[in-house]
Amino acid sequence: MTWVVICIVGAVTMAFKATGPVLLGARDLPPRVGAVVEVLAPAMLAALVVTQTFGGDRELVLDERLAGVLVGAVAVRLRAPLVVVMIAAAVAAALIRLL
Amino acid sequence: METSRIRDGVRAGLPLALAPLLFGASFGLLAIDGGMGRLGAVAMSATTFAGSAQFAAASILRDGGGALAAVVAAVLLNARYVTFSLAVASIFPGSRRRRFLESQLIVDESWALAGRSGRFDYGVLAGVGILLYVLWVGGTALGTVAGDLLDPEAIGLDAAFAALFLALLAPYLRTRRALVTALVAGLITLVLLPIAPPGLPIVAASLAALIGLRR
Repeated sequence: MTWVVICIVGAVTMAFKATGPVLLGARDLPPRVGAVVEVLAPAMLAALVVTQTFGGDRELVLDERLAGVLVGAVAVRLRAPLVVVMIAAAVAAALIRLL
Repeated sequence: METSRIRDGVRAGLPLALAPLLFGASFGLLAIDGGMGRLGAVAMSATTFAGSAQFAAASILRDGGGALAAVVAAVLLNARYVTFSLAVASIFPGSRRRRFLESQLIVDESWALAGRSGRFDYGVLAGVGILLYVLWVGGTALGTVAGDLLDPEAIGLDAAFAALFLALLAPYLRTRRALVTALVAGLITLVLLPIAPPGLPIVAASLAALIGLRR
């Protein structure tokens, strides 16, 4: 049965990822659709920030991740490079977990 | 020309390199516990190539939740890739077959980094994607034989990824429209997280992009 899961999940995910590049390709989107796609990035990034920070097993979790993200936010504010932002967040979360 | 763009993309992904290796190993270990076997674990990483869905499916199988529950959870978690894929549809060059293969390199991190300059960049998506793919599949294989290399959470990697997405979001927030969209999307996610099945909140949050229709 596990191979059934592996094959179905793999096939469906591959189809999901291929949707745009295979079906649409380089075709120009109608302007109204283009306007929606343009703000898709900030919408999805905000959703990823929230799930990665508070996500749990059907619950909101407040833990060391939030502290890490807040430290990361300060680094973003100070215009630190990406690596520095990530390290700052990781170190903050890891230190609090050690306590 | 394309190769050099992809090479630059690989370089852009290097700061992330430790995570897929460690998380991959964690998945390998979990997949063995879930009864997938070594080959199954590596096959899933090579075909699905999406962390959260794989973790969900493997842990449901391990806990005896059944194949159907594992498939539904993983498919819901990956439904966001339809949205991601539509947003980057136009950047893939070449034949349909090549576009199909290269579109498999779309994962959260490669997609988010590729959009960093405000326009999606093919070289970054492909380069980061290839790097993460190799490390993810390799990490999985390592995990199936060696177990956890190092607990990714002990060194704060979960927080690092939340912060990465925040850093990539920040430049968009200069325009009012993007700011409002991000706030609405974040709010939808926050409200749905405790009540909806995993994966659905992010998909629902994409509706916030309809704000783009307003003039």
